[in-house]
Amino acid sequence: MNKDNGTKIKELKEYISSVKDKKHGDSYLIAVLHKAQDLFGYVSREVMDEISLEMNIPTAHIWGVATFYHYFSLSPKGKHTVSVCMGTACYVKGADKVLQAIKDHLKIGIGETSKDGVFTLQEARCLGACGLAPVVMIDDKIYGNVTEKNAVTILKEHSKQNPKS
Amino acid sequence: MPEKIKITINDREYEVRPNQTIMQAADSVGFRLPRLCYHPKLSIEGACRVCIVEVEGMRNFVASCAYPIYDGMKIKTNTDELRRARRDIVELILDNHPMDCHTCERDGNCELQRLAYAMGIKTRHFEGEKKNYPIDVSSTSVVRNPNKCILCGRCVRICSEVQSVHNLGFSHRGFKTVVMPAYNEAFADTVCSNCGQCINVCPTAAFVEKNYTQDVFQALSRKDVVKIAQVAPSVRAAIGEDFGLPAGKNLEKETAAALRKLGFDYVFDTQFSADLTIVEEANELLHRIKTGGKLPMITSCSAAWMKYMEQFFPDLIDNISTCKSPMSMMGAMIKTYFADKIKADPKNIVSVAVMCCTAKKYEAARPELMVNGMRGVDHMITTREASWMIKSAGIDLVNIKGEEFDEPLGMSSGAGTIFGATGGVMEAAIRTAYELYTGKEMPDLDVKAVRGLKGIKEGAVMMGDKEIRVAVAHGLGNAAELLQEVRKNPDKYHFIEVMGCPGGCVGGGGQPYVGLNCVPLDENLLRKRAEALYNADRNRKIRKSHENPDIKRIYKEFLGEPLGKKSHELLHTHYKQHYPQGIIPGGGKC
Repeated sequence: MNKDNGTKIKELKEYISSVKDKKHGDSYLIAVLHKAQDLFGYVSREVMDEISLEMNIPTAHIWGVATFYHYFSLSPKGKHTVSVCMGTACYVKGADKVLQAIKDHLKIGIGETSKDGVFTLQEARCLGACGLAPVVMIDDKIYGNVTEKNAVTILKEHSKQNPKS
Repeated sequence: MPEKIKITINDREYEVRPNQTIMQAADSVGFRLPRLCYHPKLSIEGACRVCIVEVEGMRNFVASCAYPIYDGMKIKTNTDELRRARRDIVELILDNHPMDCHTCERDGNCELQRLAYAMGIKTRHFEGEKKNYPIDVSSTSVVRNPNKCILCGRCVRICSEVQSVHNLGFSHRGFKTVVMPAYNEAFADTVCSNCGQCINVCPTAAFVEKNYTQDVFQALSRKDVVKIAQVAPSVRAAIGEDFGLPAGKNLEKETAAALRKLGFDYVFDTQFSADLTIVEEANELLHRIKTGGKLPMITSCSAAWMKYMEQFFPDLIDNISTCKSPMSMMGAMIKTYFADKIKADPKNIVSVAVMCCTAKKYEAARPELMVNGMRGVDHMITTREASWMIKSAGIDLVNIKGEEFDEPLGMSSGAGTIFGATGGVMEAAIRTAYELYTGKEMPDLDVKAVRGLKGIKEGAVMMGDKEIRVAVAHGLGNAAELLQEVRKNPDKYHFIEVMGCPGGCVGGGGQPYVGLNCVPLDENLLRKRAEALYNADRNRKIRKSHENPDIKRIYKEFLGEPLGKKSHELLHTHYKQHYPQGIIPGGGKC
């Protein structure tokens, strides 16, 4: 995981040159953006500029694709990703209040990362755990029956139990 | 395949050409279905859904702009259900729209407004969340107001498909979709060429020009300055449309009179400086040919083209003529030659250019075009802004008594007139270069090969025993195609004219919004505006720039020789690569 930027850029360029001359090479843009996100953790403006030059696709188009799909993150992600399920079941059980409590605690909005770089906040559609609604997923762990009161404790506990370098 | 097929529209049978859409077929037999995102020059988007029709056998309504006809197709265009559905669609668009029509730039000339009227929307049934985004006023030329955008995508398509700039795209999704440049960058920092075609095709006021009319009114009210206007050729060929006159009327003298009534002390003609440009440019071309200079030489009059070239084709900078544009040459002459003549301090002159263009606002502010530390053109207003000022001041442009332009920067040849149409600069330059090179009169002054609306025009002119191969492109997309060819084949042409807008300046981004029964970029409209200029050329006694007596005089009294020291200082400039770099998909890299 700890490659330097130059190595990552080189790997991205190699990937682009392996796809761009294929039939409909432009249609590999999404795959290239996935590759970029895997390498860098997010898709930065500099990376999109690089892709534009390498693939000969205007940045306005790349920006359109990168902002269309929620999967792509346009800013660096925190150590932990918090996804609050806003699916129907969770919503009627008060997911909006849970989300608000987390926003207030971390002082960030959706898609943003807390100042200390620990948490990134996301909305999610149904996570398939409606029986536990409302549900919050932190990284790949599901927490059920979350309330606006215990949400913050769950965040703290999770980061304590799962320290990442 | 049969030549005609039969379709039924509203229970009546029609014979129409196959291989077209329902909308095209309906258009051809006298129906004009409502439409917003559709534009005949652009690819089909099918986004707005206001053009829906009913087709027998289909479960849902279909978008007529995108659906092809077939033999025996039965179409209904005006059922109660359709009318209701269309009305709902337009109401939903209106619901997420500012609805400040009475204070909007496009009031009375808005396609959404017209459509709401045609759909019979009298009450509002929906009330929901409205978008609220900041307005981008960073650019010298184009203002982007996403709140007025209805997401039809015409601007996105014209910017990429016709102009090959690719500055705009849809970002984000659903309710949060916004048309913006990459990274939501401020317009001033993007690859935008300032051509203003997004303004021309926008059905609402999501794109408008940066408005400088208040600055000009303020300057006009000052007693301590000399107020000078110059008028581009294409303005007179189109301004009448803003006052309800049919397209193609040349209001040269009326425009001069109206500007004087507005309060300008002197009204000069950009056609004069077009003549000056031609004398310099023709000499530059011959100089390059004789001395083995860089060829092909490419014209530099179009401001949108210049910024585009700096970002997309910086490798061709040495091919670009060093001549300033007619507007900037005029600015330079006003602040030097003319200031001397009237014994005024150039600092006390306010120079205003009335242009068909939005990109010239950017050009006017370019630091490399400064004249002795001053701007040659202090304010640039479009044809539309000028129309508004004239209306606002209560001046009757239609019935006004025409007046002549002022001396000594007001007399022009027919060659200066045709500058406004694609191919015009080329034709004007050939008229002068031919005579300078051969020393003989040109037998036929009309260079037909470079006239007309074909995207890229090619021709060859025999100047004595020397063949000069020329090419003309209008619209930046055509220019890009032609210049890719130049990159591959640098010896193919000697001289190339590029105008950034479709049709040349007559189709500029600052020209009047088209009225009813016409679409932006309509070829008939562009042809009529161009014809107004070609007619004026035909009726001029002097049709060659170098024969304009005031041009001869300015060289004698002030400039000396074409390409001389003074010319170089005041009439020529240089360009340099500009960032961000532009990308042409499918094309070579810059």
